[in-house]
Amino acid sequence: MVPTLSVDRLRVSFSHRRGSIEAVDRVSLQIAPAECLGLVGESGSGKTQIFMAAMGLLPGNAQVSGSVRFEGNELLAVGAPTLNRVRGSRLTMIFQDPMTSLTPHLTVGTQLSEVMVAHLGIPWKDARSLAGRMLERVHVPEPKRRLNQYPHELSGGMRQRVMIAMSLLCEPSLVIADEPTTALDVTIQAQIIELLRAVRGEFGMALVLISHDLAVVAGLADRILVMYAGSVVENAIAEELFRHPRHPYTAELLRCTPSVTGPRLDRLPTLAGQPPRPGEILEACPFAPRCSRAADRCRVERPQLEGSSTSQVACHFPLIS
Amino acid sequence: MNDILLRVRDLRVDFGAHAVIRGVSFDLCAGETLSLVGESGSGKSTLARAILRLLQSAQGGVEFLGVDLLKCSSREMRAQRRSLQIVFQDPLASLDPRMTVGETIAEPLKIFEPGLNASARQRNVGDMLQRVGLSSEMSGRYPHEFSGGQCQRIAIARAMILSPKLLICDEIVSSLDVSIQGQIVNLLLDLQDAGMAVLFISHNLAVVRHLSHRVLVMYLGKLVEIAPCDALFASPVHPYTRALLDAVPHKLPAVGAAARAAPGELAAAGEHAVPDMIASGCAFRDRCPYVLPICETSDPPLLEVAPGHWAACHRSHERLNPLSLST
Repeated sequence: MVPTLSVDRLRVSFSHRRGSIEAVDRVSLQIAPAECLGLVGESGSGKTQIFMAAMGLLPGNAQVSGSVRFEGNELLAVGAPTLNRVRGSRLTMIFQDPMTSLTPHLTVGTQLSEVMVAHLGIPWKDARSLAGRMLERVHVPEPKRRLNQYPHELSGGMRQRVMIAMSLLCEPSLVIADEPTTALDVTIQAQIIELLRAVRGEFGMALVLISHDLAVVAGLADRILVMYAGSVVENAIAEELFRHPRHPYTAELLRCTPSVTGPRLDRLPTLAGQPPRPGEILEACPFAPRCSRAADRCRVERPQLEGSSTSQVACHFPLIS
Repeated sequence: MNDILLRVRDLRVDFGAHAVIRGVSFDLCAGETLSLVGESGSGKSTLARAILRLLQSAQGGVEFLGVDLLKCSSREMRAQRRSLQIVFQDPLASLDPRMTVGETIAEPLKIFEPGLNASARQRNVGDMLQRVGLSSEMSGRYPHEFSGGQCQRIAIARAMILSPKLLICDEIVSSLDVSIQGQIVNLLLDLQDAGMAVLFISHNLAVVRHLSHRVLVMYLGKLVEIAPCDALFASPVHPYTRALLDAVPHKLPAVGAAARAAPGELAAAGEHAVPDMIASGCAFRDRCPYVLPICETSDPPLLEVAPGHWAACHRSHERLNPLSLST
């Protein structure tokens, strides 16, 4: 079976007045058709840059190497015209802030219709009624009225529903949702997660859910990748990851996430230290300075991501499950 | 802990015709941490700004150590500010990029304690940096040389340098990664142990739970529930509070889903009411699964449902009965 997306030894770096900064360091990952992959990691870990590279959305000072194949076709080497056939139709993206990703001076109806006119060659008039139907499918109340409204007239949650509708218009095989609920209130977040779950079942596309919040990813993902300092440090089936984290960083993330249930604590658990500064060249394990299990080997030899396709860890001394 | 430090009475803020705070009253005791939770637009930050008199249009009473902050002269207000400090969400935006960290932390001392000489100031700044978990050698550096978590410590150090009696924290951990968040929360817990009162505004209920003595829940500018922290999390009364708690994603979904039943559907319905909704009746009624005809016409009063536990819901008393939960 051809994976929907296959990333191989992807490197992304940004050139800078004083040299270059590595954001993604030899990341390889695969997404199967209809799979939901969660990607977690703290800010600066490189999770967004992988998909910005895949979509050809990196700024001019970025250098990219490696390979990103989407439905069997290489995306990195092709020009904008080829990329434009794929992005926005078969491969779509939902961003954190729905206000800045919608055009403020066009109505919702125009923005949605435009996608179908451009990609599918549907006449404007038909596109508009299809747009209304799509709004209905993502549970936007009064879809007909919404078509004539501008983004500022909608609430944050409603705007994110419009973004989700837009991402689904051309029946994509992969939707990338980058922190889709981070800008929303917790009650609206729950609604959007529920909606993503529902559209996944209905449309059968693969979904990448990028988040800094393990709990958000937990509710949806089949498989989770954990990133640290530009690399994938663990790849596991979601339930296994929560039950038996193998990389010490994953275990620390889980330990540090405060809970609304369970006993009240006198002090919250913390993780000492900072991630390495971007651009630091590392021979060693990037997590070693913060790791309680680190031994001499960790400080001289960088561990590689190893294991089966459903359980990989980049650690010399993984936790035993 | 019973000395009342801050007494807020029927506080109202209007932005034009739009009522943002609609009559909020509460007390904050010395040494107490009171958390303020609610969705965006519920008026949490506006309330903080009104207390500090950073807004012109606040009405009502804000009594801090016996002085009415809304009515006192600006000279008097200035004097009060040394005991009333605030830390904001975005630490980089609230630190001056052209001042060294040492200068930033020393500035309040220069203003309020002009008699202090430079070396004594330096010593105070060094001590304060250490107290927030940084080292005194860092005082010559600029904000951009620090991470987000460190900048937030610096902002806290600046607020703490005058030993205020009340620290208002407006979403101070929201922009921080989880591994850093714990460090800042623990710093606040240390300050709490040292007797500092904190008004902690946050939408992160997990943090609120571990930090607070009491929790105040706001909805569209109104106080809908206030209770001791454990009581609020164990037996929330207002349907809105239940919805908030219910919407918090759980690490292992199966566990959370089984533990909470009926109100789960609540989170799946509706968003904030349009402001016109609040003209009469309960502002939450269009999202509430327990709505009664009376909710349309009459705004529910805040009633004590258990000692120290108040809620503004027409059905607050029946809510306490678990049998009536699955209405």
